Amino acid sequence: MSVAVQSWSPSWPPAIPKPGALPGFGITFGFTLTYLSLIVLIPLAVLVWRASGLGLDGIWRVATTPRVLAALETSFVISAAAALVNALFGMIVAWVLTRYSFPGRQPIDAAVDLPFALPTAVAGIALAALYAPNGWIGALFEPWGIKIAFTPLGIFIALVFIGLPFVVRTVQPVLQDLDREIEEASATLGATRRQTFFRVVLPALLPALLTGIALAFARAVGEYGSVIFIAGNMPFKSEIAPLLIVARLEEYDYAGASAIATVMLVISFAALLAINLLQAVSRRRMGDA
Amino acid sequence: MRDTALAESAVTCWVLTGIAIGFLGLFLALPLLAVFSEALRRGVDAYLAAFDDPDTQSAIGLTLLIAAIAVPLNLVFGVCAAWSIAKFWFPGKSLLVSLIDLPFSVSPVVSGLVYVLLFGAKGLLGPTLSDWDFKIIFAVPGIVLATIFVTFPFIARELIPLMQEQGTAEEEAAMTLGASGWRTFLTVTLPNVRWALLYGVLLCNARAMGEFGAVSVVSGHIRGLTNTMPLQVEILYNEYNFVAAFAVASLLAGLALVTLVGKSILEWRYGHGLSAVRRR
Repeated sequence: MSVAVQSWSPSWPPAIPKPGALPGFGITFGFTLTYLSLIVLIPLAVLVWRASGLGLDGIWRVATTPRVLAALETSFVISAAAALVNALFGMIVAWVLTRYSFPGRQPIDAAVDLPFALPTAVAGIALAALYAPNGWIGALFEPWGIKIAFTPLGIFIALVFIGLPFVVRTVQPVLQDLDREIEEASATLGATRRQTFFRVVLPALLPALLTGIALAFARAVGEYGSVIFIAGNMPFKSEIAPLLIVARLEEYDYAGASAIATVMLVISFAALLAINLLQAVSRRRMGDA
Repeated sequence: MRDTALAESAVTCWVLTGIAIGFLGLFLALPLLAVFSEALRRGVDAYLAAFDDPDTQSAIGLTLLIAAIAVPLNLVFGVCAAWSIAKFWFPGKSLLVSLIDLPFSVSPVVSGLVYVLLFGAKGLLGPTLSDWDFKIIFAVPGIVLATIFVTFPFIARELIPLMQEQGTAEEEAAMTLGASGWRTFLTVTLPNVRWALLYGVLLCNARAMGEFGAVSVVSGHIRGLTNTMPLQVEILYNEYNFVAAFAVASLLAGLALVTLVGKSILEWRYGHGLSAVRRR
């Protein structure tokens, strides 16, 4: 559920300087390493090895076929759009949940985690039913000639749903801990509420906001279950990259599947890295680098 | 009405609250409502009849089985990882912590793909496995592996920060008083982390029962044999058997609601026993 919402803070320097004061290090550490290697590291290494068998130009050839390019573009562009929409609404939700009190605030707060808890297939068919031309929401748009389900717009809706908790859950704790005295100082110095928000509060929230956007984006790029039911899955139109991996696997084209998976991993890591840099810059501007 | 210098005006306040509740209603409440309303569209009898299907029953059984294997394994792993990481010092610790988190940043489809590349018919170990006549892909072991992969970090990431905060003083005291290592763990450490453990198990179980992408890649969708509940939802839905699809989905939605309630109770009631980021 709260996928990497808060980075762990391994207490550093550690409070436990004496190795061997307690028993059981050997067996627990050994088991941890073995289990981690068998379940996660070796299988991921096989993926990289399999893709590297194609060579860089082989991966490039797979990645630049028109259908793969179209799928990658669909995945990354719509994920970015969904993450940005979640940034705006996530900020508003976080603000309302921390700053205002109204009846039902606690259950609503708890409900924000629903997209983490609801199985993606369930979310997928529920959204498809809602936004289909005869669904509760789809029917409202049908007279205007706007189709949502089974078009890229449907993918966007699904990705907004699954990315919804990230920005709220990263911004909320920072907003809670934000010293109200800073806002008072800003007001005393003659700033309007709007100026205080945009020049004092928002910069303080920016690193958390960027983290939330990055996490929502990364989750959206890899998302499969909630998207495929509402997407329509038309090649060149509404086909996402993870679906193309599945299609390649069904044709037993393991090399092609690995190549697309590797390209996806590389692009998302690059995007995460870029956002981490942005975060570092915005933190430094806040003076607590 | 205008904003004052220290707070938004009542109008701004209402507008923001309205937008927030509207947004959450549209994206959270409506889909949930749609699941139950579609499931009950043809009445309670049709809803219940969906569970008479033997394939659906076997999907429910398989989902319970998978969770019953994956969750305890990740529980043992989580406790071992937390014990070695939180109670001892060794070089490369933060790297290990990041590696444990790795499955969260991998697409579910890729999580399934890696096991197909290892054990599939044309995979690295595929020929060996077929010599031994042992199936992993398109069989239950593959589903278990993919489920363990996607739920890998859940319990460890609840325990590690909490046990780091708690330090080693209590355990050392118990050892000094003559308790064995195992007894120290059972009577000192375990009670200290029980709520975080439960929290991790809750989240791990929800994901294990609800995983779709990774499981769908390795399962082969063999009815009555390798179909978990989420996959059964997909099959029924693609057959236009909407009532049955949403009926199975409603069980999973119920599981999600129970998980959310349990999680909130733990956060509000027993927040002191959870890691700092979970406290409310």
